Amino acid sequence: MSELLRLERVSRHFSGLQALRDVTLSVARGEVLGLIGPNGAGKTTLVNTICGVTPANSGTVTFDGTDITRIKTYQAARLGLSRTFQIVQPFSEFTALDNVAAAALFSQPGASLKGAREAARAHLAFVGLEAQASQPAATLTLAMRKRLELAKALAMEPKLLFLDEVNAGLNSAEVERATKLIHELAAGGITIVMIEHLMKVVLNVCTRIVVLHNGALIADGAPREVISNPAVVEAYLGQKYAQRSAGHG
Amino acid sequence: MTRSNIALLVLIAAVAALPLFGGAYALRLGTIACLYAVLALSWNVVGGLAGYPSFATAAFFGYGAYAAGVLLGHGWPLWAAVASAMLSAFVAAAALGAVLLRLRGHYFAIASLSLAEVLRELVNNATDLTGGGMGLNIPLASGAGIMAEATFFFFAMWGVLLATALMAIIVGGSKLGFALACIRQNETASSMVGLNTTLYKAAAFGLSACFVSAAGGIYAAWVHYIDPSDVFDILYSVKPIVMALMGGLGSPLGVACGAFLYLGLEEVVWRNYIQIHTGVLGLLIVLLLLFLPHGLSSLRPDRLWRRAKHV
Repeated sequence: MSELLRLERVSRHFSGLQALRDVTLSVARGEVLGLIGPNGAGKTTLVNTICGVTPANSGTVTFDGTDITRIKTYQAARLGLSRTFQIVQPFSEFTALDNVAAAALFSQPGASLKGAREAARAHLAFVGLEAQASQPAATLTLAMRKRLELAKALAMEPKLLFLDEVNAGLNSAEVERATKLIHELAAGGITIVMIEHLMKVVLNVCTRIVVLHNGALIADGAPREVISNPAVVEAYLGQKYAQRSAGHG
Repeated sequence: MTRSNIALLVLIAAVAALPLFGGAYALRLGTIACLYAVLALSWNVVGGLAGYPSFATAAFFGYGAYAAGVLLGHGWPLWAAVASAMLSAFVAAAALGAVLLRLRGHYFAIASLSLAEVLRELVNNATDLTGGGMGLNIPLASGAGIMAEATFFFFAMWGVLLATALMAIIVGGSKLGFALACIRQNETASSMVGLNTTLYKAAAFGLSACFVSAAGGIYAAWVHYIDPSDVFDILYSVKPIVMALMGGLGSPLGVACGAFLYLGLEEVVWRNYIQIHTGVLGLLIVLLLLFLPHGLSSLRPDRLWRRAKHV
């Protein structure tokens, strides 16, 4: 598999707080990478650093052969890096359709408003929101808004998709539905990096897992191998989980 | 085109019929009405669509007045003077906007407010060019007589209003308008979907300044004499905001109606309360905004009818 994204000794600090320390990471084309770790470990910062929201203080980020360390957010979006937010960020006065149309319109240079709305309809249908197309985003339920975020991200025709806790706050039926969508996307060949706390989803979907702790990578490997790693157990999973999954495994 | 945009064009067409009915006073009021509507519609592009509370209207009004005034003094024809004021205002405002619009909320409001003060000081000190605090005399356009001249400037200002309204309508339905609406609702998410927020904000600021400057240029030629404290008056920044609020933020028709309503109130109050007119006007505005917070455009006949039925 060829390499799509490469981070070389990336560090980021916020006036004294070291959020990322020398993170070196490579993501291959077509892979579904799980990014896990305790709260405050720097997972969202890592995504923000790659997408140009909080550029790295040192180190380099390479995407598809181009150096994107100092890229602006909107340029990253046009290159094919798209993301969903941990806290959903809809354009709340717009209808669901126009939310997705905005993503389609501005991520592709030269797109027209009319064409973007047509493309948006297809993406809404994919995530199962076609019935809500003309409803303002503010009136959707949380689960629907999470799917709307996904539709927005997909409308940008991403090469690499970051999913930042798309399942947080959803009930188990909704989680199941979201997991099915992610499976379909992965099968369609989109490279995915997902931040996720639900281990069931992580183990179910990811082909590889990396673990962040205090801004540093402490593990990187196949799912079963990583969750039995003592350092990961101590930092994140806890002894009980390790015993339970050892019993099952 | 939406129904409200058609209504806006009909309203503006109706204003053009004014010279058929009134004398010099009506023409003067009509010219000011057009001026106010231009300022409010231009403000609406930045304040209403993008949600950036701009107090820079006075700066660009004064800039347009002085740019056109100086050029007219050098013997340029009116159209050329106004056109170059517009063009230079667009370039200058877009460049300034790219810097100023990095600030958000109150910070942007204050920064845009200081723009007029900076320009006023510049004009005050560039005595050779602008006459400084002494003001600038602008040569009379022609000796055609009072009524002919009043009619001419009324239609000149009306033309600028028509152009501004068309701009507002086109922007509203275009990619630019869509982008500004995205920025107003969620600027972070906008840049995340690939929207170059700086570019679109600067373009909106430039467009807004461009039409305000045209109005300033026509105003200068109309009144024949301008001085810094007149054309850089802070009220030119505040009034358009009040008009837009009274009419209904974001909707060009609402904003234009707000401008006309404001002028009407100002005129009536001024005439009847000569000593305390600003106080009475202020009170009326507060009351209006208290009881009609979303402006005139939230008053729809169908809603009124529904309310009447429930009573």
